Amino acid sequence: MKTPFARVRGLGTAHSGTEHFWMQRVTGVANLLLIIAFLAVIVNLVGSSQASVIATLSNPFVAMILFAALISVLIHMRLGMQVVIEDYVHTELRKIALLMANTFFTLAVGIAAAYAILKINFGL
Amino acid sequence: MAEPRIQIERPLSPHLGIYHFSITMAMSILHRITGCALYFGTLLLVWWLLAASSSARQFDIVSAVFASWFGQLVLLGYTWALLHHMLGGIRHFIWDTLRGLEPGDREFLAYATMVGSVVLTLVVWMLGYMLKS
Repeated sequence: MKTPFARVRGLGTAHSGTEHFWMQRVTGVANLLLIIAFLAVIVNLVGSSQASVIATLSNPFVAMILFAALISVLIHMRLGMQVVIEDYVHTELRKIALLMANTFFTLAVGIAAAYAILKINFGL
Repeated sequence: MAEPRIQIERPLSPHLGIYHFSITMAMSILHRITGCALYFGTLLLVWWLLAASSSARQFDIVSAVFASWFGQLVLLGYTWALLHHMLGGIRHFIWDTLRGLEPGDREFLAYATMVGSVVLTLVVWMLGYMLKS
């Protein structure tokens, strides 16, 4: 039997509280600022040669902004897609599989992008 | 002993079909759709970054695809999705402070999101073409 205290500690069947909501807000604010900076970089790179793209992305400030945006965007998009999956997929097995795929996709995007940025900055 | 289950006819919550169209509803749906589009669109960014980091040939391929009419259309749509989602997010921040929830305010914010996203997309693209090297 579950006592009310145990239920509060375990946060009921949801197993979590407001972290999801709060994280979506925190990363949302971060995204707002970082994506504006990112757009400024991209707008400047329209039609640029590979050499000047590499030169721009090798700028320490640009690279760090890009990394910050990457982290914030990845957390935000994973949480967002999680809600979409939970809203529309009601078969338990399918839901778990898709939630896992969501994590894998997010990580794959993050690792590939991080690899490219690091290579541009340190490996070329 | 197991009691026989009593079937109770519980009311179902009204589903999508019974609502008539409203602009706030449309912006809510678009916020979700643009979010999903941005999610998968990150692959475009990854492709571009990987190509830039690998070889001239790879970079030329991605540049050619992005510069084609279809590529430009996708990127234009992606820019709009990004800015629409961004303005939709700002709208949520306003609501989080309990402002902008009254009738009239809600509709104003919805129209502002729609018009703002289109205008900002055009501004970003005009800047892009003006600064094009």
